[in-house]
Amino acid sequence: MSIFSFAGRFDPARLFAFKGGVHPETRKFLSAECAIEVMPIPSLIRVPLQQHIGVEAEPLVQRDDLVLKGQLIGKARGPVSANIHAPTSGRVIAVGHFAAPHPSGLPVPTITIRPDGKDQWGPRLTRMRPEDATPEEIAAQVADAGIVGMGGATFPAAVKLNLRAKHDLHTLIINAAECEPYLTCDDRLMREHAEEVADGAGIMARALGVERIIVAIEANKPQAIAAMERHKSALGYDLTIKTVPTQYPMGSEKHLVKTLTGKETPARALTAEMGIVVHNAATAHAVHLAVRYGEPLISRVVTVSGRGVGRPANLRVLIGTPVSEVLAHCGGLVEEPERLLLGGPMMGQPIQNPRVPIIKGTGGILALTAAETRDQDIMPCIRCGLCVQVCPMGLTPFELNARIKAGDLEGAAKVGLLDCINCGCCSFTCPSNIPLVQTIHFAKGKLAEQDSRKHQQEQAKRLAAARTAREEAILAAKRAAMAKRKADMAAKKKREAEAAALVAEASQTGEVVK
Amino acid sequence: MLYAVTSMTALGLGLGLMLGLAARKFHVETPPVVDEIERILPGTNCGQCGYPGCRAGAEAVAEGAAPVTLCPPGGREVALQLAQITGADASGGAGLGGLEEAEPMVAFIFEDHCTGCTKCFKRCPTDAIVGANNQIHTVITDACIGCDACIEVCPTEAIIHRTKPRTLRNWYWENPDQVSGAGDMRKSA
Repeated sequence: MSIFSFAGRFDPARLFAFKGGVHPETRKFLSAECAIEVMPIPSLIRVPLQQHIGVEAEPLVQRDDLVLKGQLIGKARGPVSANIHAPTSGRVIAVGHFAAPHPSGLPVPTITIRPDGKDQWGPRLTRMRPEDATPEEIAAQVADAGIVGMGGATFPAAVKLNLRAKHDLHTLIINAAECEPYLTCDDRLMREHAEEVADGAGIMARALGVERIIVAIEANKPQAIAAMERHKSALGYDLTIKTVPTQYPMGSEKHLVKTLTGKETPARALTAEMGIVVHNAATAHAVHLAVRYGEPLISRVVTVSGRGVGRPANLRVLIGTPVSEVLAHCGGLVEEPERLLLGGPMMGQPIQNPRVPIIKGTGGILALTAAETRDQDIMPCIRCGLCVQVCPMGLTPFELNARIKAGDLEGAAKVGLLDCINCGCCSFTCPSNIPLVQTIHFAKGKLAEQDSRKHQQEQAKRLAAARTAREEAILAAKRAAMAKRKADMAAKKKREAEAAALVAEASQTGEVVK
Repeated sequence: MLYAVTSMTALGLGLGLMLGLAARKFHVETPPVVDEIERILPGTNCGQCGYPGCRAGAEAVAEGAAPVTLCPPGGREVALQLAQITGADASGGAGLGGLEEAEPMVAFIFEDHCTGCTKCFKRCPTDAIVGANNQIHTVITDACIGCDACIEVCPTEAIIHRTKPRTLRNWYWENPDQVSGAGDMRKSA
């Protein structure tokens, strides 16, 4: 059906679609027709202080504090960080460490709140009329609201809105491609809240000072396209709704830009250098709420799907809700899942512990059964070259893999290891089931570790030099003090001797007088 | 008398000048390789190599008396750089094999045993220990180079070595097993 609708609406965007990519079964039908429902307040909320790229937030509350909905509980630290707000009212029962929603399950600083069920709002941020606000005011409001990129990258949105100062921007692209299979949260958001998304896009465009807004939606979401077509103007901007081919990884920033404009982003450069800024549709919606209503980012839409879930759904969930409670709300697990993922099946992260919380960048919870996953024996590479064909970054994954296996990380870096975007197309397509992207993940981590060790050695040298300098200074000061005391003593002795001589003299004369 | 004084003075001045010129012309610095090696070494003088300080260690490496792998806190990176200078085998062979998989170590203080004596705090070559008199001390892991200095001076044996704890920042996926042909794909979706 999507093919026919696409043939009917020929779009030049198709001419420029990027090289490579794959077409996995989307399986979006599981949850695409489920309207967004608001999930009730969970029994416990765990808000990690690190939900974004950058430095973790600084906690502002203590144990036993009462917090109100929307209250600032974590303050951004440094330029690349984000504020954290209480998702509902209740009592803080712990400020400590808890397992992160991350494959490692390592502990991160977390604020645990026991909701009181009243869901009582504290003072909200000041409402703004974006039509009258300056770009700086809008960016500051977005920063105050703690908004981060909600497509999964979780880069603080306000930092991106301030790119205007550094680059000459002309286009804002709203990324609503949602190319990951299963996920339908952005699709539903646009179908049900198209006007808000468009308004958020308009507000961001005003903050960025761009001339045009393009909303990019994959061809497999005709209802979302239709909904956005009905709300094509916001804040004086005319939104261009572009249908892009259904192709993974269309939602990658660089590939979306390539598809829409035909321009390729240079390696390790920002799209902003070409005058283009890309924001996610859910981020636009969050910006709308923050600017128009003064609501910080305390909830998000999450797709719960996979054959292992009783009732697939799209839920508006409070940040910090445990995954296990979300799953329980969706009828629990009907089958022991082979994999429990946060995010999509291509790039999502497996988690071991279902008690970890939903965070700002979590777009989906997938309980995939054995039938839905591929877990087969790994066989030797047959040099078919499929991975090279599908790599959207134009890399040679088999070569990277061979070099990494041989321990030649520098060699792998020379053939583009750091340009890999971790999309997983190579592993997906490999007929020998070689864990290509997984090996690349490892190599990138190892390389970063080696770099950090080098850096640490320089640091240690600096520290040692500082210490030596300090010790020498102390020693010199001591010597100087000693010399001074010696001189003082000598002077004192001299004075005393003189005084004694005087006294002796006086007594002598006295005796004489007597 | 006058002749003697003049001639001796002239001789002294002339020879002195010659010596000075010769010293400038044939100036030989300490083998530059020693300086170069010393620059690579951490410079903390922790003494783990068995030589009194980094300078002595550098001299030993330059003479070939010590292997390039002599510096435990420097680890693999330092060993590789030293190998480049001295021309030792840096192919990751036998010489570096032992260092390949060495996890970075840091000191850890058991707070129950710490008496707040400040001995370790004074000894730490990188100022990685925070503490004061009668206050429990702690280690700044990012600054710790894992030398044994603090462990040796602790009177209550409250300090141990342990591997540097992993955080979200430095965690990464382990290398998936490909050789056996039955790697655990679940680990990395």
